[in-house]
Amino acid sequence: MSTKFYPLNIMKILVCISHVPDTTSKINFIENNSKFDEKGVQFVINPNDEFGLTRAMWFKEKQGASVDVINVGLADTEPTLRKALAIGADKAIRINSDPKNGLNVAKQIAHIVSSESYDLVIGGRESIDYNGGMVPGMIAGLINYNFVDKCISLEINNDSITAAREIEGGKEIIESKLPLVVAGQKGLVKESDLRIPNMRGIMMARRKELQVINAIDEDNSTCTVSFEKPKPKEEITLVSSDNVGELINLLHNEAKAI
Amino acid sequence: MAILIYAESENGKYKKDSFEIASYARVAADKLNTSVTAVSINADDPNELGNYGVDKVLHISNDSLKNFNAVIYADIIKQAFESESSNLAILSSSSNAKYLGSLLSVKINAGYITNVIEIPKEFDPLTVKRNSFTNKAFEYAKINSKNRQLAISKNSHGVIENKTSIQIETFEVTLASSEINVKSTEKASNKVTIADAEIVVSGGRGLKGPENWGMIEELADVLGAATACSKPVSDLGWRPHSEHVGQTGKLVSSNLYIAIGISGAIQHLAGINSSKVKVVINNDPDAPFFKAADYGIVGDAFEVVPKLIEGLKTFKSQNT
Ligand SMILES: Cc1cc2nc3c(=O)[nH]c(=O)nc-3n(C[C@H](O)[C@H](O)[C@H](O)COP(=O)(O)OP(=O)(O)OC[C@H]3O[C@@H](n4cnc5c(N)ncnc54)[C@H](O)[C@@H]3O)c2cc1C
Repeated sequence: MSTKFYPLNIMKILVCISHVPDTTSKINFIENNSKFDEKGVQFVINPNDEFGLTRAMWFKEKQGASVDVINVGLADTEPTLRKALAIGADKAIRINSDPKNGLNVAKQIAHIVSSESYDLVIGGRESIDYNGGMVPGMIAGLINYNFVDKCISLEINNDSITAAREIEGGKEIIESKLPLVVAGQKGLVKESDLRIPNMRGIMMARRKELQVINAIDEDNSTCTVSFEKPKPKEEITLVSSDNVGELINLLHNEAKAI
Repeated sequence: MAILIYAESENGKYKKDSFEIASYARVAADKLNTSVTAVSINADDPNELGNYGVDKVLHISNDSLKNFNAVIYADIIKQAFESESSNLAILSSSSNAKYLGSLLSVKINAGYITNVIEIPKEFDPLTVKRNSFTNKAFEYAKINSKNRQLAISKNSHGVIENKTSIQIETFEVTLASSEINVKSTEKASNKVTIADAEIVVSGGRGLKGPENWGMIEELADVLGAATACSKPVSDLGWRPHSEHVGQTGKLVSSNLYIAIGISGAIQHLAGINSSKVKVVINNDPDAPFFKAADYGIVGDAFEVVPKLIEGLKTFKSQNT
């Protein structure tokens, strides 16, 4: 790995923005269950990515850094990128490709990261639509950057970093170096630190650069065959509040859960 | 062409996830007429894997591998994958397995599918069902590449005993270099974690305040369960963030999930939908959770929960 020195005032951050259905969206499929039905669905910045973007803004404001955002997607994702610009990112990049799988997204982004020498790449733990949970790690793997998964805190001092990674029942404190990729989630910043774009931000975002780049050769290692909705649930069995013994009985004998 | 699994252990003991993916790999191997090889790092007793259908263990014992490191571990699994001429690697969905999984898939050039919940429908090309849209839908995904990698969702297959005559081989590895250094680990030592728990007891805003969590903890204690909470409860600081479950928090795939004073908002349900049996206790019969649960009691948590604790104590004393 390189031993380049990274003066803080030029730290280059790239935040990966996944464009996902709002958490309240009804999930339906069209075209023989092969495609997500976007009709009436509102799209937002993937929640895990929003935590990362907010942390990136903190670095920009407190330590000096440039913050670009990137999405691999078609033109319909641009409003989501504009929202990230309104929150304060400097520049947006859209790689024009209908993302077929996680590796394709990772390859497109990795290509930009290495050609533009970003020091820090922040993605999300997973996107709430396809839930692949693999893009940030694949980017790191492809270009040999250090990688912290499920990152719940991140401090940077020159080119040294201290991060916390969530593990079952606790956390692990990691020291490493830039260049680095993290997969962020809640904890990276507090929920209350998330920013709603204000009017000024929205106005400024209109004038910021949104660069559209052609995709490099697309990966086809995996693909979706079809989707399926869960079967409607069977009726609930209600137990009277005077008879909790019956609940215990059902959980033991019928559900075999205790 | 053996199927390769990574049998994760912690302090020398295999995790339950390892037995589950061994059981899964056994079923897949029988369909493919092949064998199951496990790569195992610093486990005390590799023979244990022979109870769950593993044919061969590549056993590594090395003090410098005491701490988990995703890059180094992924590289070891790659070495095992190559030495077994495997074309199918199977991982669990533990934090460590997911961490190394994305790195491994790049190293071995494998099409990678996570959140897998069934045995592949077909193997050529491999087509398998997975959870998608945060448990609101399923996806059938296909792998087109020669090498393939799957991460299996916890509790989706179960642990199935299947004794094999196991062969243990010492595996010599070269260690990759990594700039990731683990400084310390903070872990609540005697608490059941949400990820590992068979049963999760979860409280919502209906419990009114942090001072009322005594009965939630007692219920969890009686059941050997982990405690969890809804998002507002952690946002209000009543409970630690690590207990927040749902679409933006932890995902729960336990055998039993008991929701107390939780309304059942769509974002909450998304995170717990893959739990097998769901129980709701809520005083509002119109709470949406009643549409999502298997069993329910309409009632005041402050009356029902203490009764449930008493009942369970009696039940436990008679059934253990
Ligand atoms: C983008 C986004 C992401 C979100 N992500 C999550 C998430 O990951 N997880 C999550 O949980 N939420 C999430 N939410 C919030 C979610 O929409 C709900 O607001 C939240 O789940 C409600 O929590 P609750 O059920 O504890 O509280 P409430 O909705 O206030 O419900 C409390 C319940 O307690 C019952 N109750 C009151 N008193 C008693 C009593 N004495 N005995 C029994 N029952 C009683 C009430 O009838 C009520 O049903 C998210 C929201 C958004 C917008």
